Amino acid sequence: MTAFQAGAGYGDDRPEEGRRRAEALFDRADPASKRIIVGYGFWIFLLSDIVMFSAFFATYAVLVNETAGGPSGKDLFNLHNVAIETACLLLSSFTCGLAAIGSRAHNSLMYYGGMAATCVLGLGFLSIEIHEFAGMVGQGAGPTRSAFLSAFFTLVGCHGLHVTLGILWLLTMVAQVFAKGYRADILRRVLCFALFWHTLDIIWVAIFTVVYLLGAGA
Amino acid sequence: MSSTDDYEPLHGADHAPGDEPARGREVAEGVLGYLIGLALAILLTAVSFFIAGTFLVWRPSIPIALVVLAIAQIGVHLVFFLHITTGPDNVNNVLALAFGVLIVFLILVGSLWIMYNLNQNMGPMTM
Repeated sequence: MTAFQAGAGYGDDRPEEGRRRAEALFDRADPASKRIIVGYGFWIFLLSDIVMFSAFFATYAVLVNETAGGPSGKDLFNLHNVAIETACLLLSSFTCGLAAIGSRAHNSLMYYGGMAATCVLGLGFLSIEIHEFAGMVGQGAGPTRSAFLSAFFTLVGCHGLHVTLGILWLLTMVAQVFAKGYRADILRRVLCFALFWHTLDIIWVAIFTVVYLLGAGA
Repeated sequence: MSSTDDYEPLHGADHAPGDEPARGREVAEGVLGYLIGLALAILLTAVSFFIAGTFLVWRPSIPIALVVLAIAQIGVHLVFFLHITTGPDNVNNVLALAFGVLIVFLILVGSLWIMYNLNQNMGPMTM
């Protein structure tokens, strides 16, 4: 017997009352919507991704002083660039949120506008990061120079790789909404993409604090 | 016919629970939430960058201040961007987050602790 059948005695004129009593009787409300279940499952994946990053952070923290006579973070990091990268990712998190709201409201201007802004800001972040990496490799401070630099390129490069994959996913979601419309299953994928993008920003907060600010100044 | 037909509503109002399109007020509230989150995140980021280069505070306190600011900002992102809340449909998410934080803590603190000990106990390297 389901909760809804248990409330059937209240007839068609007061269905809400019957349902309320049935829910009190069985101590449970409606089953969670598919949207909530999909979000939960994807959240588990994101947490496992964060656990993977924590291993890279631990490696970096252990090796940060092992420069093998090569340059340290103080010599290499340009906080001006890092501030621009941070601004790009933070604003892209905001525009990504706007796009997610737009998709739920079936508002094309908000959805496509938000996704376009997110894409441009993400590409801006990536271009600065690639420029920074190329500059470091060019002055002989590549990942093979020291344990510190190996850990640095692994940690920050892995985040950059995630951003690259995120942009590919972003373009896929734009194409899917364009081709298939605001269908419930497509909107759940947009939700997962938004969660992914916000999580990348969380990891970047840890990177700019632990790697750049602690490495360059304090 | 095909399973994709399940997603095509017969008429505009036919949506599964939780899949209804957002209406004007929900949109405004959502945008407001992201604006608050963005403002707080910008504030915390700006303080972090300012404090890292300043000589106005006692220098040895700066690393701890930066870590605290970062944790605060991560909290802001979780609440305002990822919508991890205390609501009844969020209990599972919060529990999963708590477990994730535990694992991250074990990996970070365990690695640093063990490697520090190994460094201490290793004799001087003579080359």
